Amino acid sequence: MLNLLRPAIGMAAVMTVITGVAYPLAMTGIGQGLFAEEANGSLIEKDGVVVGSRLIGQKFESDRYFHPRPSYAGDGYEGDNSGGSNLGATSQELVSGIKARALDLSAENGNRPVPIDLLTASGSGLDPDISPESARFQMERVARARNIPLNDLEELVAAHIEDRTFGLIGEPRVNVLILNLALDEMSS
Amino acid sequence: MTTDLGQFVLYCAILLACAPLLGGYMYRVYSGQAVLLSPVFKPVEKVIYRICGIDAQASQHWSRYAVTLLAFNAAGWVLLFAILRLQHLLPWNPAGLPPMSSDLAFNTAISFVTNTNWQAYGGETTLSYFSQMVGLTMQNFVSASTGMAVGVAVIRGFAGRKIRDLGNFHVDMTRGVLYILLPLSIVAAIFLMSQGVPQNLNSYVDATTLEGTKQVLAQGPAASQIAIKQLGTNGGGFFNVNSSHPYENPTPLSNLLQMVYLLLIPAAFCFLFGRMVNDKRQGIAIFAVMAVLFVAGFAATYSAEKAGNALLANNSSIIADPGNMEGKETRFGILNSTLWATATTAASNGSVNAMHDSMTPLGGMVAMLNMQLGEIVYGGVGAGFYGMLLFVVLTVFIAGLMVGRTPEYLGKKIEAREIKLAVLAILTMPIGILVFGALAATVPVALTAVQDAGPHGLSEILYAYSSATGNNGSAFAGFGAGIPFHTTLQGIAMLLGRYGFIIPILAIAGSLGAKNVVPVSGGTFPTHGPLFVALLIAVILIVGGLTFFPALALGPIAEHFAMLAGTVY
Repeated sequence: MLNLLRPAIGMAAVMTVITGVAYPLAMTGIGQGLFAEEANGSLIEKDGVVVGSRLIGQKFESDRYFHPRPSYAGDGYEGDNSGGSNLGATSQELVSGIKARALDLSAENGNRPVPIDLLTASGSGLDPDISPESARFQMERVARARNIPLNDLEELVAAHIEDRTFGLIGEPRVNVLILNLALDEMSS
Repeated sequence: MTTDLGQFVLYCAILLACAPLLGGYMYRVYSGQAVLLSPVFKPVEKVIYRICGIDAQASQHWSRYAVTLLAFNAAGWVLLFAILRLQHLLPWNPAGLPPMSSDLAFNTAISFVTNTNWQAYGGETTLSYFSQMVGLTMQNFVSASTGMAVGVAVIRGFAGRKIRDLGNFHVDMTRGVLYILLPLSIVAAIFLMSQGVPQNLNSYVDATTLEGTKQVLAQGPAASQIAIKQLGTNGGGFFNVNSSHPYENPTPLSNLLQMVYLLLIPAAFCFLFGRMVNDKRQGIAIFAVMAVLFVAGFAATYSAEKAGNALLANNSSIIADPGNMEGKETRFGILNSTLWATATTAASNGSVNAMHDSMTPLGGMVAMLNMQLGEIVYGGVGAGFYGMLLFVVLTVFIAGLMVGRTPEYLGKKIEAREIKLAVLAILTMPIGILVFGALAATVPVALTAVQDAGPHGLSEILYAYSSATGNNGSAFAGFGAGIPFHTTLQGIAMLLGRYGFIIPILAIAGSLGAKNVVPVSGGTFPTHGPLFVALLIAVILIVGGLTFFPALALGPIAEHFAMLAGTVY
């Protein structure tokens, strides 16, 4: 029995030191040295205040801003409480919720049909992006609320479309927080 | 569509290029030959064996190998359980999180020791950095290396001639961690940090949003854990929503790397097998079986999700293209979400980059079926391969019955003892999924965990028990698995699914290893050609299909037709 226990406990202890302490701390050291900004959460500061993270979506409700996708992270975009709706395809809550939202958004934005990503919640509830179609879909509303020419907004959105990596990997998208920051800058 | 196909081809090409190379490297590592990293790790290995009182030269009988493994896993379980229960007293807990409840800690400790990594908890809301790093990251390594060690020991039995022993568990386990998992994890962790995955011990950050509200941003040593979580087919996320979280998986490139890592070692095992049995064609034949099932599963999932939710079609205020985006991230889209969903359930990884609960009924069904087949389509590290060998044994037996000859595999006679053990192992899946699932579907307290009404509710139960028994770890996350009934029953299902496979397959390997090799004759059924590949695929689908089809008909299939008929629940 003892010749079974000693190696078992010894191995558990040694592996804890190597893979549970040395490895993550070494990675933390490398990260802080080489990629300080990324390893600390890609935070964005404005006038010395952290306004969010480049990677984490946040709530926008005012007409003056581009809006993100619906979120089930807590009460919506809670950065320490990620979550999706987890509703199945035949869920009444899901289907009637999406249809009602489609009617609302369509009415707010010139009675045009709404891109599906603006109607559906992301898996994380923290999706920082919307599709380029969804950004264009909202331009008229934002232009009206800010009283700026639509042309300027078209240029701004076009400049903020992130294409597929190497033209192949992932999907084209627009980071809502970055776009809205640029929007504030343009207006001021 | 073209870019989707392009991405799929790129993914397969990367895997095809890397898996044989890694398989060759693993062959050298497990046979004790010198490799590039030997000068670094050989001395470390020696120190470890000395501290732990291990005789590295001693080879173990299959039963001794199994007992050593169980003792090591038990020690790991006790350690992890203690860390989870005491995290409020331990350092690195800036969010001041309380200890985990005992039933949840029981479930979580089993979950990580058995390489399931089912999350009945939410990472950022439940676990301190100490628990994540010292507790979970460590088990991510050793549970993976345990599976790989069993895989290697089993292959030794299949390959050996009149051998008594299968190798030394401690040595196989240590080498797997040091030479394979650790270096590959370091590479991935550094790359993931460059893409934006956090790696710090900071407190959660308070941000003030542009509209003036407060947003708390969870932080932590995420990159180091995510690297091994993908590589070791563990799948337990640092954050609640796993790799759909933009901190856990920020860019298309981080996603590609994580998907490649997900299947890398399981695919490499086919080539390792070919090397160890000294007949590369045998490994390629098994690789081909896995590839066919993988591509078929992906095609079915992709087309179901691309078609989208039929209940939202033909609505004048909705642009339904590109498909079912509920639970999916913009940066990944349909292709990357469905490719991941197929890979993570085919392997026993269980990490997700989209919410499977919100997939279309047929898309979710493929994920479920992948797990129910025993996760042998590449499968878990080591575990997928030894699971597949069980079906191989069954297939040569059936082929032998058809032509009236004693079945052979790699020149070894397959006899009653091996078949009995193989069937015993294969039966653990229906017990864990159907028997436990039926219990969960009838006990009132268990039913409170079900979120959705209608057939999807049954799918949630079925998925949960498929995932636990298959040691997968992914979930239909609407299912409230945190209540004591499920944490306990699923804990048992996970133990059954892990050791109910490991012990019989080690016994089979032990018994095959002791046999002599029969020379190839005109009557030998070749196990490297297309006929064998087709037969093996048929056996897998028939066994899986007949066992689980009735349950699937009541869950996802019923839901699919309800959806087409316009029914909501």
